[in-house]
Amino acid sequence: MPVPEDRRYSKEHEWALAEPDGLVLVGITDFAQHELGDVVYVELPQPGDRVTQNAQMGEVESVKAVSELFSPVSGEVTAVNDEVKNAPELLNESPHDKGWLIRVKPDDPDELDTLLDAAAYTALTE
Amino acid sequence: MADAPLRTTVLHDDHVSLGARMVPFAGYDMPVQYAGVLAEARAVRTAAGIFDVSHMGRFAVDGPDARALLDWMHTADVGEAMPVGRARYGLLCNESGGIIDDAIVYRLGEERFMIVANAANAAKVFAWLERWRAERFPNATLTDRTSEIAMIALQGPDGTHIAGQVAGFDPDAVRPFNVVETEVMGAPAFIARTGYTGEDGVEIMPASEVASALWRALMDAGAAPCGLGARDTLRLEAALLLHGSDMDETVNPIEAGLERFVRLERDFCGADAVRAAAEQGTARVLAGFRTAERGPAPRAHHRILVEGSDVGEVTSGSYSPYLDTNIGLGYLPREASEPGTPISVDVRGRQIPAQIVALPFYKRSR
Repeated sequence: MPVPEDRRYSKEHEWALAEPDGLVLVGITDFAQHELGDVVYVELPQPGDRVTQNAQMGEVESVKAVSELFSPVSGEVTAVNDEVKNAPELLNESPHDKGWLIRVKPDDPDELDTLLDAAAYTALTE
Repeated sequence: MADAPLRTTVLHDDHVSLGARMVPFAGYDMPVQYAGVLAEARAVRTAAGIFDVSHMGRFAVDGPDARALLDWMHTADVGEAMPVGRARYGLLCNESGGIIDDAIVYRLGEERFMIVANAANAAKVFAWLERWRAERFPNATLTDRTSEIAMIALQGPDGTHIAGQVAGFDPDAVRPFNVVETEVMGAPAFIARTGYTGEDGVEIMPASEVASALWRALMDAGAAPCGLGARDTLRLEAALLLHGSDMDETVNPIEAGLERFVRLERDFCGADAVRAAAEQGTARVLAGFRTAERGPAPRAHHRILVEGSDVGEVTSGSYSPYLDTNIGLGYLPREASEPGTPISVDVRGRQIPAQIVALPFYKRSR
């Protein structure tokens, strides 16, 4: 299963990608979408909301089950991927790219260092 | 119970080697999905899918009293009025009219029947049949054939065609709710034109030793392997009830909206109570609803509200790929059960607007 090396991972199967402008893009991993099965609904915070590392930031629902989403970083939500709200299947089809969930202005950019790198996350999911 | 080792069907190794995701269900380790619930549901609605339903109980009832025993136990008329080669869906009720299980009875010969019970209720149903057999119908024999006969549901618009290719099934000769005794992959089998998806199709009951070869042959012929996840979504769209969720021994067939499967003029176990319910009416009834838009899905045990008052509970709920919104069933006061009635469902603290709709949610075009 692909685990891109350009980003960090939480044990809750979210990823956090530091962007050149200092913002952080957040999504769920390919492993997570595979475990969930077909996603039919995503509940996300609003732009302007605060999220906290390891705290619930929303939920994702597959045909058969509901799972909580935990933020891998603390900060302010600057953007939400409206496309996944309208087409939740993007989380299954493109979890690392088109299926991103929120963009966050991090309180502390170094917080990403507390997350797993690709090798450690791969080990976690094996 | 939770620690008991899981049982397996004869197709278990096939599911695992084909990469299905396995979950415990009714004491069995069963496939919940292969390619994914939505892809599988789509395959069944547009082409064909196969389901391993070998975990269901298959009981042979034979002998001079077989017909009378089943006629007493089952709410449909499976006695004089059911010719050889026919199948009927109905309920097994306790003396108070509570639903012990729903089951299809197949008439294979003058004195030869098969009854198929839900996996979760199989032991209970067998014991219930045996109790009445011993008490009132001693000239019937009851045989648990669950492990020696497998059961594969082949469902979808291409289902009967594939059954023809692989199993020599003739859809012109075997109409819906008929059953034929035949040979499949060189072994004895029954093929019934029945199912639990709202689609045309068959349920093939072959000798267990050919089940794996049949599963592979059906896949090769184009049937998509499917799991319990898709089966549950498809049956809910077709408003086919699930015993243990949508009905149980605390409700009678009238409350469950299943009058059409009860011959009220007949004498069957629980008939007096069911007749009384039909004559006097029941305070509550099972109704279906759909949500106004996609959103968090109502699930079993969520509360149903009408004008802010808690009036009932969801018994089944799911996203419906056919309607592209969420659907569900639940028990409601009769006055709140009319199609068009606005309701809301409490989904983890959020009031999700929905509306009562006529059942089924999905009906195939013929």
